[in-house]
Amino acid sequence: MKKLIVAAILLISLAGPAWAEPILINGAGATFPYPIYSKWFDEYAKINPDLHFNYQSIGSGGGIRQASESTVDFGATDGPMNDEQMSKAKVKLLHFPTVLGADVPTYNLPEVRGGLNFTPQALAGIFLGTITKWNDPELVKANPDAKLPEKLIIVVHRSDGSGTTYVWVDYLSKVSPEWKEKVGVGTSVNWPVGLGGKGNEGVAGLVKQTPYAIGYVELIYAEQNKMSYGQVQNSAGQFVKADLATVTAAAAGAVKTMPADFRVSITNASGEKAYPVASFTWLLIPEKISDPKKGKAIVEFLRWMLKDGQRLAPELLYAPLPKEVVAMEEQAIGQIKH
Amino acid sequence: MTPALSLPRKLTNAFMLSLTGVCTALVLGVLFFILGYIAYHGISALDWDFFTKLPKPVGEKGGGMANAIVGTVKLLGLASLIGVPIGFFGGVYLSEYGRKNTLGFLIRYAADLLNGIPSIVMGIFAYTIVVLPMKHFSTLAGGVALGVMMIPIAVRSTEEFLKLVPASIREAALALGLAEWKVISFVVIPTALRGIVTGVMLDLARVAGETAPLLFTAFSNRFWSRGWLEPTASLPVMIYTYAIAPYEDWHRQAWAAGLVLLILVLGANLLSRLILHRQLKG
Amino acid sequence: MARSSINPLTIGVSHRPGVSPADRLFRATVFTMALSVLVITGIIAYELYRNSRLPIEKFGGAFLWSTTWDPVAEQFGALPFLYGTLVSSALSLLIAVPVGLGVAIFLSELAPLWLSGPMAFLVELLAAIPSVIYGLVGIFVLVPWVRNFLEPALSGTLGFLPLFRGAPYGVGMLTAGLLLAMMVVPFIVSVSREILMAVPHSQREAVLSLGATRWEMVRVAVLPYARSGIMGSVFLALARALGETMAVTMVIGNRPEIRLSLFEPGYTMAAVIANEFTEATSDLYVQSLIEIGLVLFAVTILVNALARLLIYSVFTKVEVRE
Repeated sequence: MKKLIVAAILLISLAGPAWAEPILINGAGATFPYPIYSKWFDEYAKINPDLHFNYQSIGSGGGIRQASESTVDFGATDGPMNDEQMSKAKVKLLHFPTVLGADVPTYNLPEVRGGLNFTPQALAGIFLGTITKWNDPELVKANPDAKLPEKLIIVVHRSDGSGTTYVWVDYLSKVSPEWKEKVGVGTSVNWPVGLGGKGNEGVAGLVKQTPYAIGYVELIYAEQNKMSYGQVQNSAGQFVKADLATVTAAAAGAVKTMPADFRVSITNASGEKAYPVASFTWLLIPEKISDPKKGKAIVEFLRWMLKDGQRLAPELLYAPLPKEVVAMEEQAIGQIKH
Repeated sequence: MTPALSLPRKLTNAFMLSLTGVCTALVLGVLFFILGYIAYHGISALDWDFFTKLPKPVGEKGGGMANAIVGTVKLLGLASLIGVPIGFFGGVYLSEYGRKNTLGFLIRYAADLLNGIPSIVMGIFAYTIVVLPMKHFSTLAGGVALGVMMIPIAVRSTEEFLKLVPASIREAALALGLAEWKVISFVVIPTALRGIVTGVMLDLARVAGETAPLLFTAFSNRFWSRGWLEPTASLPVMIYTYAIAPYEDWHRQAWAAGLVLLILVLGANLLSRLILHRQLKG
Repeated sequence: MARSSINPLTIGVSHRPGVSPADRLFRATVFTMALSVLVITGIIAYELYRNSRLPIEKFGGAFLWSTTWDPVAEQFGALPFLYGTLVSSALSLLIAVPVGLGVAIFLSELAPLWLSGPMAFLVELLAAIPSVIYGLVGIFVLVPWVRNFLEPALSGTLGFLPLFRGAPYGVGMLTAGLLLAMMVVPFIVSVSREILMAVPHSQREAVLSLGATRWEMVRVAVLPYARSGIMGSVFLALARALGETMAVTMVIGNRPEIRLSLFEPGYTMAAVIANEFTEATSDLYVQSLIEIGLVLFAVTILVNALARLLIYSVFTKVEVRE
């Protein structure tokens, strides 16, 4: 009886669907752009029903690793690969920026309405564990009107390898020499304090459920879940809230000096209106794609992404790429051999 | 003369015995709470969409877990293909040929070892021998991990049920001149079949709820997974992914999936008890 | 039912004309399949070892007592995870053993037979519930309860102890221990119940006839006799707790640090593998995780072996006595 059932299942799945065979392209990586990527792949599947892009948000670390090992067709990361990682990868990977996003400090304070101002010292202190209470002078100084409670700050960070983390600690390293020395930069770091959540989703989930918690998430996660997030003081001394305008402003400076491989950091960018914890996020595409059908599909998707895809970004609070970068990328697509 | 029963002794007796009753009430209370909680939250979340639709993009409401349900069925099917034959024949060997020899002892020991291996370690194993050489995640890898996990219980339960078949039945069949393999295949095994089937059912139920081994073997998939060589969504992994996320709608779907999984698993347990109960009676 | 000590299939073998080819084929198939059980187990152990070469060479034994888990600096030490695994499991046993034993005593000594069976079945159902579902209930029910009720209560009353200090996160070692306790209680109950029921009536009657109360009988005649079997059930439960992955990672806070307070988050060997495996960005990182898997494998095998030994010893004792 069991054998009959097994045979039946085998037959059903081997027979395959009677309709057209869609090509499945597997990708994995950053949770930072997951909302816009899943929207893109959904929309793209409507235009091209025979192509399925299956994207799993497992964190940038996972994206880098799986793409390097070729266990997926493409990867995604918000922390660009360093030279060592690129040399160790089994295939040569190209970085293609897709959108601009921002890490925001999101918190759960029942007593406080509206956004709090965070100085770089405050953020560094909180995540280093040197600032332990919400009514610490550093926080009160920047928020004289807020009723900050005398409660312990519960820090939440990522437990998985993350580009969102990379962006956050990249920023902290630039503004805090203590952070740079003690912890450093990477997709996974040795956090001095805090609970670990899995993915942007996990961190948002923990902060949302834990009073007096603070974490860092990509902007859209805080917005979609109606969580409070604060303003961060930029290099010009202004407290800036993350939104399309301020994120675009952060990229403006980098556009002029964009390297050919697109690996650039825009944290703590100069400019009055620039949001200091913004970043590009990249797709990791192999330089040589062995399967011609997949290769063609990926290249066509990239072209779509650079035109129509960009239009879908603002709705999900990701800033579209600057025109100059788009032009550079359209050229760079030619490098992909399929 | 027996000493009179003093008050402290009587009180201690009453206290300790009622404590055991309290413990029992506590444990059963936990069980009913869990079942009730999932039933309550799961039922309100179950709808036709859940069984028929694919997941929606992140942040959007609605969608379902149709691909995860099919994925779980496929994974279990593949797991049975691997675990049942090896486990079944292993049990046959232990009961019919290997009751007292060294090899029998070693195989029993190996089965116990396998049983004790944490499921996450099985996931690592399947990753190193299937995912890495193939260079991608697949239903096959997930099926291998689950299948190997099925082996030890299938072996032991098959062995135990075969051993229950009385020697007289074997002797009678042999006396009639049947070949050895026919005796085993057509007389002994059919007699024990009910028990063996329930053993396999319980085995499947146990493996159906496993999440850890699937995390880096079958991985996950937003779409339908075709054939055996693509990654696939599965109920347990979806529950995990949705539960740790902040989206309310995802939590709702996680409860629904939890309910479905629970019904599957507990249903198999209940069913196998009923079958065995009837066998013992009749 | 008398067990024949002679293999009924080989009775009269000397009178048979010989083993037929069909028999040989059948035997060969059965033999191969059975052997594959052995082979597979060997391959698993080998693969785990083979894929741990890098950290074994680089860190050697220090891997087991180093507390640094730093992927940036590529320094990996497993002590925080060993600690987390052992403490969460020990905590779970601290709760599950007394409670489980209480239930086992109730079911074997007090409950009428018609009630005892079904109740035992219900308790075993707890063992059938998948781990991820425990995690689900853990996140949405247990964590808020611990955060809002249990941890404040404990720090209010027992806060002078270093065990109960710190902010009420909700997630953490205490919650993980509680959840694990629920998951391993059925193992204690079902095995201990069998063990207790196997204690011969002669033992009980002897003590009762001397005027002992029910409880005294249990304490004096039954429990000591069943002691090694109960220990065995404890080891079985321990083995299960050590390997638990999903439920634990959903409520323990995922922080690789050794802290005394139970309110603090922790990390276990199984949880770190689940969280970081797909994302480990270097070979050393992945293999360090696999080495943790190897350590977990070794520890669970040891504990399981002890469990079997202890449980087995009670039943042989019973057979010998009767």
